[in-house]
Amino acid sequence: MKLELKGITKRFGTLVANDSINLVVEPGQIHSLLGENGAGKSTLMNVLYGLYKADEGQILLDGKPVNFSGPGDAMAAGIGMVHQHFMLIPVFTVAENVALGHEPTKKLGVLDLDAARAMVNKISDRFGFDVDPDALVEDLPVGVQQRVEIIKSLARDAKVLVLDEPTAVLTPQETDELMEIMRGLAKSGTSIVFITHKLREVKAVADKITVIRQGRVVGEAEPSAETAELASMMVGRSVGLTVSKKAANFGKVVLKLDRVSVLDDRDQRAVNEVSFEVRAGEILAIAGVQGNGQTELAEAIIGLRGLQSDSGEISISGLSGKNRSVRSVLEKGVGYVPEDRQKNGLVSEFSIAENLMLNGSFTKPFTKGLGIDFATRTEIAEKRVKEFDVRTTSSKTPAGKLSGGNQQKVVLARELSREVELLVVSQPTRGVDVGSIEFIHERLVEQRNNGKAVLLISTELDEVMALADRIAVMYRGKIVGIVDAQTDRAKLGQMMAGVAV
Amino acid sequence: MSAETKKEVRESWKTPAVMGVLSATVLVFFGILGKPEAVSFELTGVREVVQLPNIEVGSGLLGTFAGIALVVITALVAWQVSQNKRASIWFSMLFGAIALVALLGWLAAGNVVPVAFILGSALVLAVPIMLGAMGGIMSERVGVVNIAIEGQLLTGAFMAAVISTITGNQLLGIVSAMITAALFSAVLAVFAVRFLAQQIIVGVVLNVLAIGITNFLYQQWVTEDESATNSPGTLPIISIPVLGDIPIIGPVLFQNRITVFLAIGIVIVLWFILFKTKLGLRARAVGENPLAADTVGINVGRTRFWWVTLGGLLAGLGGAALTIGSSGSFGREMSGGLGFIALAVVILGRWHPGYATAAALLFGFSIILRIWAGQVSPGIPTNFITMVPYLVTLIAVVGFVGRSRPPAADGIPYVKG
Amino acid sequence: MSESVKKEPINWNSAMKEILSGSVTRTLLSVILGFAVGAFFMIISNREFLQNIGYFFADPLASLRAAGDVVSSGYGALFKGAVYNASAATFDGAIRPLTETLRLAGPLIAAGLGIGLGFRVGLFNIGGTGQLVSGIIWATFVATRMELPPVIHLVVAILAAIIGSAIVGAFVGFLKARTGANEVITTIMLNYVIISFFNYLLLDNNLLQGATAGGYTKSDPAAETARLPALLGESFALNLGFVLAIVAVVLYWWLMERSTIGFRLRAVGFNASAAKTAGINVNATYVLALGLSAAFVGLAAANQALSSTGGVTPTSHAGIGFDAITVALLGGSSAPGVLLAGLLFGAFKAGASAIQIEGISPDVLLIVQGAIVLFIAAPPLIRAIFRLPPPQTTNMLTALKSNLFSRGAKR
Repeated sequence: MKLELKGITKRFGTLVANDSINLVVEPGQIHSLLGENGAGKSTLMNVLYGLYKADEGQILLDGKPVNFSGPGDAMAAGIGMVHQHFMLIPVFTVAENVALGHEPTKKLGVLDLDAARAMVNKISDRFGFDVDPDALVEDLPVGVQQRVEIIKSLARDAKVLVLDEPTAVLTPQETDELMEIMRGLAKSGTSIVFITHKLREVKAVADKITVIRQGRVVGEAEPSAETAELASMMVGRSVGLTVSKKAANFGKVVLKLDRVSVLDDRDQRAVNEVSFEVRAGEILAIAGVQGNGQTELAEAIIGLRGLQSDSGEISISGLSGKNRSVRSVLEKGVGYVPEDRQKNGLVSEFSIAENLMLNGSFTKPFTKGLGIDFATRTEIAEKRVKEFDVRTTSSKTPAGKLSGGNQQKVVLARELSREVELLVVSQPTRGVDVGSIEFIHERLVEQRNNGKAVLLISTELDEVMALADRIAVMYRGKIVGIVDAQTDRAKLGQMMAGVAV
Repeated sequence: MSAETKKEVRESWKTPAVMGVLSATVLVFFGILGKPEAVSFELTGVREVVQLPNIEVGSGLLGTFAGIALVVITALVAWQVSQNKRASIWFSMLFGAIALVALLGWLAAGNVVPVAFILGSALVLAVPIMLGAMGGIMSERVGVVNIAIEGQLLTGAFMAAVISTITGNQLLGIVSAMITAALFSAVLAVFAVRFLAQQIIVGVVLNVLAIGITNFLYQQWVTEDESATNSPGTLPIISIPVLGDIPIIGPVLFQNRITVFLAIGIVIVLWFILFKTKLGLRARAVGENPLAADTVGINVGRTRFWWVTLGGLLAGLGGAALTIGSSGSFGREMSGGLGFIALAVVILGRWHPGYATAAALLFGFSIILRIWAGQVSPGIPTNFITMVPYLVTLIAVVGFVGRSRPPAADGIPYVKG
Repeated sequence: MSESVKKEPINWNSAMKEILSGSVTRTLLSVILGFAVGAFFMIISNREFLQNIGYFFADPLASLRAAGDVVSSGYGALFKGAVYNASAATFDGAIRPLTETLRLAGPLIAAGLGIGLGFRVGLFNIGGTGQLVSGIIWATFVATRMELPPVIHLVVAILAAIIGSAIVGAFVGFLKARTGANEVITTIMLNYVIISFFNYLLLDNNLLQGATAGGYTKSDPAAETARLPALLGESFALNLGFVLAIVAVVLYWWLMERSTIGFRLRAVGFNASAAKTAGINVNATYVLALGLSAAFVGLAAANQALSSTGGVTPTSHAGIGFDAITVALLGGSSAPGVLLAGLLFGAFKAGASAIQIEGISPDVLLIVQGAIVLFIAAPPLIRAIFRLPPPQTTNMLTALKSNLFSRGAKR
């Protein structure tokens, strides 16, 4: 089926997420939609899928204009979508999930689960998926859950399959397997829209590439195009992710992990006997594909997550023990920039000034007896806003009203301004505009130059390579190896796939 | 991302711990330190076709045996936990039933226990709770927290009494009770789905409104001439041929008012719809992950609206069971907290019609036990018996069902992009 | 204000829009709509109106007149019974309704603050009743079973009420922190448990039952030394309880808006995981919040236990624990809001008997109360009914305010 988008525009308030976007996907083609986080790719696909209503523009299928009032219409028209966050019911079985929405039934609307199982088995056999129809989805690994999503779409006879950042949660092997699946599907006539910001994958699998930046189509390219060319189209200028750094001047060990094991929310061992040290004056980066235990590792260091009973210890400047409170860790001199700033870094209803005192409500300078020292707070807030270049009309503006980059600057302003010895920084530039990225990188290097120990956790290999003095690669909860920053990309890639060196 | 899904965390010892304390209590206080008098269980009433002999047993002896049985169950549950298995809910239920028998034996030392009467009354008293809970389950399964069951029971009770009296037709009374409560529930649905209001707040306020409106109309319209507006009488008792003559089971289950039969039927039908049909699968999907349901073309708002509203029908029937199904007239605020008990029953019953029915029966049982114990042995502080089901719920919430999961999206409004 | 910030010109139109879309406007409209709903019920239950409505098309005025009559006599009686009685013979008599309103508003305000504090932390404390009763139990014990010098006796009794309530709240918080038990369920269950326990205490002479209670559930009257003193002399029932409620309002304002504890409470309420990441102990905050919440409710308990000259009964909680929820909601959980909402619902209680005399069931006020809060709970509904503009996000109002308040102030 041929899919055409003509002049799609979608606005959220004053923000133009999609600005008259045109896109043509030929039958059996793998068409890659390339763009940075926040470029408007997902919005566009949600418009296509009927989740959002476009303000302007037209969708055509095989030349005929269509109008979707909901995902049901889109599906009926032959569009399937695998969302970045899986749309599965964790407590249902695979068969129930696949059946949901177009359930095979016997008399009186009684579910025919046998038919649903047969459907899962049929598709799964055809493409070699190996999925048990009776398994509960919550018990399945992420890669398999993704296949369930694909089966869901195929079971509805999808002619156009949209994959939204499908590799973000996959290991390199799983990514390769997915690409194989995509080629197979395309061969059988399915059109595929592949949304991603990863250049390597685009070049490996796409037949055609459309690049999107700030809600607009900025160009089209063939997969044979140079990586550098694609990258510059994507970010609007040549990417020079190099930060000037002085030679490292290592000091004493500030953070020491000794065979640390941690559980995730589903009670599975997410961090498995991890040991490493971070010294004053260095940036140690933890690289790895998302979901390999990095999140849990950071939370364990901060004290948000307890250690397992058979785990070794984490010690920060001599503070150790199994159940350290977050407050004791922070007061020991640790700054923490969490991975998800909306959820863990900021209170969006609070003003910038209030957010800047979020972890300072126990001690001076923000307090005066049991009360808040409002004068000092305002003074500090005005100063930080200037210092960290937070673009806002006032420090009384609620943090929720700021852009992603400015929100991140508020978090950094809070954490970097405290008297810290150790900085734990998770995904510092995720969803942050290019201008702010550079600013944030410079600040981090500045901290290292001032003799602070920095633990940088990032899934962006470019960022890791630009900032780190040493790189530890994490895979399935274990540190595969710790190498120096000059290690070449290919080798790091192998390590991220679990190959020890 | 490992494929193996071995759990790393041990099952909680809370359940066997609580059970251990309770079994020890029963064994020591009802058994070893129990009363020597005999207690007589009267299995069949005088008028029944088939007569069975009474069973007599020493109160202390009964307590001892019950205590030992409880210790055994506790041991079994402890074994399950030590094997890192989830404690079976059937053990919990059996445990509760035996503990109740022991309590009964202790209370009734030196007296006769009319078994059929107590069980039958427990069932009748449980019916409004059961029906309220079924309404609650319908609502919470699609993700709308329903604190307004109390108000729905109350409006149902009012309408059933007044409309039955005015029209002289009890069936019409039942239907109007159900429809009014459903309309009431529809308000919750609209506020939750359309206005994205805080569901707990709306529920609390609807209860205030239900009390206000029924009190007001009761005083303005009903009190002047109760015989013309509030004397509906009670529904006739239907005895099912043959089945009704079985000892114990017959009088308890098969000689009842239509409300009781309807309630039992509704529980079965609701269970079937929820877990065996397309409608149920979709409803549960909406309650677990509304966005996912939306992406496969299920209309979340509509599903929520209808399940919540139709849940009101059931609660309305529960209200009718209070007036024309039991007391025979309406009184101010006569639901007296049964709606909140129904809410507890929903949770205690893990959002499952069958388990919720068992929990409702527990409450029905405790109510009749309090009434009956107050009559046979005036020395018993009935206020403590009143507390028992609430304490059980409290213990269950913190111990037994602490880890049971409500529908994941329960109480969260669904905002479409 | 720094020099660099450019002064925007005042845009009256957008400032007006912001006022219209704001919560104050919405609250006022909700109150008006609530009264309209009450009027509707008065009208449809009025005999004269019902007789005339049959001839509506023949004589529309008759039914309209009947409707107008019943509404004006109903709400007129409310005013007369709750604010100012113009037909009273003496000045004392004329203002007595107002003092009654204040007296009845006191515990509503105190308990409303408590429930509101819970809301600010994202907790639904439905257990006001149980906490109130627990406070009454403790206060009654001190007031009837202990002998202490004046003043000290009163102070100890009030503290006992506050502690008695706070312990229950903190226990709920402990259960939530420790086991994750939902506070809505545990508070509801505790309501029943505590009320049963109170009944038990009131049935035993050796416990709290009064010497002259016979077989009834009633305590001795509070000792004179432990009674809240009258404010306007013995001829008015208004006592120190109202003053304590006002003190509570000020304390609540300071606690929530000015103190670091309030800062942490609000942080947990808005975003518990961010608060936790910032080193705030969320579980301890739940215990503290529910304890504080119940402590305010305890002040209402002191008022109920130490005001009456007749001793307490199982119904001495007077439904305040539940009314407090509506007070907190109407007041938006803010100190001034709860004060005003408490006064309004206090007036409803004070005016009840006057309405009853007019032949209208005072339960109509419960309907008004419920309807108001129902409208409050759904801002989009009010906006739709009155065609108000959607929420505005301009800075006009702030600019306007600073313009007004900086006039004449130091530059």
